[in-house]
Amino acid sequence: MSAAKPAITVQNLTMGWDDRILQKDASFEVQKSEVFAILGGSGCGKSTLLRYLIGLEKPMEGDIAIEGIGAPDLAVGRPPFGVMFQSGALFGSMTVGQNVGLGLRQWTDLPDDAVEAIVSGKLALVGLQGTEDKLPAELSGGMKKRAAIARALALEPGLIFLDEPSAGLDPVSSAGLDELILTLNRVHGMTIILVTHELESIYSVVGQCIYLDKESQSIIARGAPRELQEHSEHEKVRDFFNRRARQQNDGDEK
Amino acid sequence: MTPDPALRSEDAPFRLQGRLVLGEAKGLLDSLRKQEETLRGGDTFPIDLSEVSEIDGASAAILLGSVRRLRDKGVTCEISGAGEGVREIVSLYESATSKKPGEPKPQTGMIVDVGRGTLALVLGIKEVLGFVGQVVIEALGVIRRPQTGNWRDIVPIAERSGADAVPIVVFINFLVGFVMGFQGAKQLKMFGANIFVADLVGLSVTRELGPLMTAIILSGRSGAAFAAELGTMKVSEEIDALRTLGFGPMRYLVLPRTLALVLVAPVLTLLADFVGIAGGLLVGVTSLNLSVAGYWQETRKVIHAWDINSGLLKAVAFALVISLISCQQGFATTGGAEGVGRRTTTSVVSSLFALILVDTAFTVFFRVFDL
Repeated sequence: MSAAKPAITVQNLTMGWDDRILQKDASFEVQKSEVFAILGGSGCGKSTLLRYLIGLEKPMEGDIAIEGIGAPDLAVGRPPFGVMFQSGALFGSMTVGQNVGLGLRQWTDLPDDAVEAIVSGKLALVGLQGTEDKLPAELSGGMKKRAAIARALALEPGLIFLDEPSAGLDPVSSAGLDELILTLNRVHGMTIILVTHELESIYSVVGQCIYLDKESQSIIARGAPRELQEHSEHEKVRDFFNRRARQQNDGDEK
Repeated sequence: MTPDPALRSEDAPFRLQGRLVLGEAKGLLDSLRKQEETLRGGDTFPIDLSEVSEIDGASAAILLGSVRRLRDKGVTCEISGAGEGVREIVSLYESATSKKPGEPKPQTGMIVDVGRGTLALVLGIKEVLGFVGQVVIEALGVIRRPQTGNWRDIVPIAERSGADAVPIVVFINFLVGFVMGFQGAKQLKMFGANIFVADLVGLSVTRELGPLMTAIILSGRSGAAFAAELGTMKVSEEIDALRTLGFGPMRYLVLPRTLALVLVAPVLTLLADFVGIAGGLLVGVTSLNLSVAGYWQETRKVIHAWDINSGLLKAVAFALVISLISCQQGFATTGGAEGVGRRTTTSVVSSLFALILVDTAFTVFFRVFDL
């Protein structure tokens, strides 16, 4: 993996809408096979940044390049990455199996039974074996997220984006998801980009991260979570990473 | 890259080579299929992965699916020689898929389906009746304590359902009167009874078509809107949230909609009566050589207050039917976007059906009592 190109390069990205700038001049790189996290307080534009990275929004200024394809463009056909949205965004009218198999049916010429085999494999991988015929409405919140991850994995992407995968899950499910992220990263060598708030997950899975700040509309910290926890020059970054300690002191998180 | 199956001799392992990735999965599947066809129970089928440089989850799933099918047939299947990376992926999918699968869905026959359908219909009617009962109870509660009602929403809803519907109500009812007049004119001319076109149009518009056409428009516009709006609120848990905030959803959502529709329906119907008669008048004046004054006089002579009032009475009943059915359908929505679409469709279809039923009941009732 020496001298490999970064999986994602973002240069001088300005994002927002006409009258509301969320981030100015943001630049960062995500290396291949890295678990990378986008962190920050509420409303700083984490999920929005994700939307730019996957090409749902066009930058106001600056460039985004994904290795091998350049700027993300969802109009060109089979996307080279998988995405899990915050709510799961499973199609309510299809079964879980159909949700996961949708991309395979669209972009490969595999017969139905092979698609089904792959779908079962993906569902089993995320711990949802046997849910193929269920409707999304019959799944719990955590199961929906897992099914959405299975759907994101269906086309064997080298890169996946996960928007708050463990938010709102119980600690056991959340740990299970962290485990899954690590496995995907280790076994498949997948590059994984996360938006998350969960400190537990951050410490256990994230290699590198950036911290977006709402007030200064910029990235105020980057590096490994443990380092930032100790050595960030910004108090709010240290506060973020030491949330528990701070809660004990003044009983106030925000 | 997959080997030519013909090259394999009896006991030599089946050797897979190169990169087994999604793009090559079809080839892999086809060559495994060919092997599966030739193998019988008791055979051995060693699979050698030593020359596989890379495998992805899809190919692993296909390979393992084939292995499972062969093992079910009684073929001894061994996977060997995989390098570390390949072995890790294969075993990841192997351990995942070896857990017990879900039970298959039971198949159902036609008789079962018919039974279920009938039961669903009966339960549906029961649900609507239960809903109506609840609305009545809530309405009585509001009458007793008016300050608990959601009066603020009535005007905006009435504006959306009523004022905004004026153009289409005018347009459609004018044309209905016009068409009625036209069809009647041809027949009446034969008897030299030209002037009676005013009677025909006036009576049928006020007693029947004005209220009915208006109700059909209301059901398509407002009924569908109510069902979709409440349905979306239901599936996004907004109705539950309202409940937890102490708002009765009946009181807060259903009563204002029902009341607003009951208020605007008679007004729109009056308007419909008027433009319907105007449509007939246009025909009378242009193709039957009637004067405006003559037509108007004939109309006033034949239409009594009860003709208009009975139409307005119907309009109120129609408004109740439309709003209750569509709100009930909205509340019964489950699932997601598709559920909302289904319930909206059902709401419009059932409303139209119920409108015709209620209209028939009214007409028969009026006839029997000679009203």
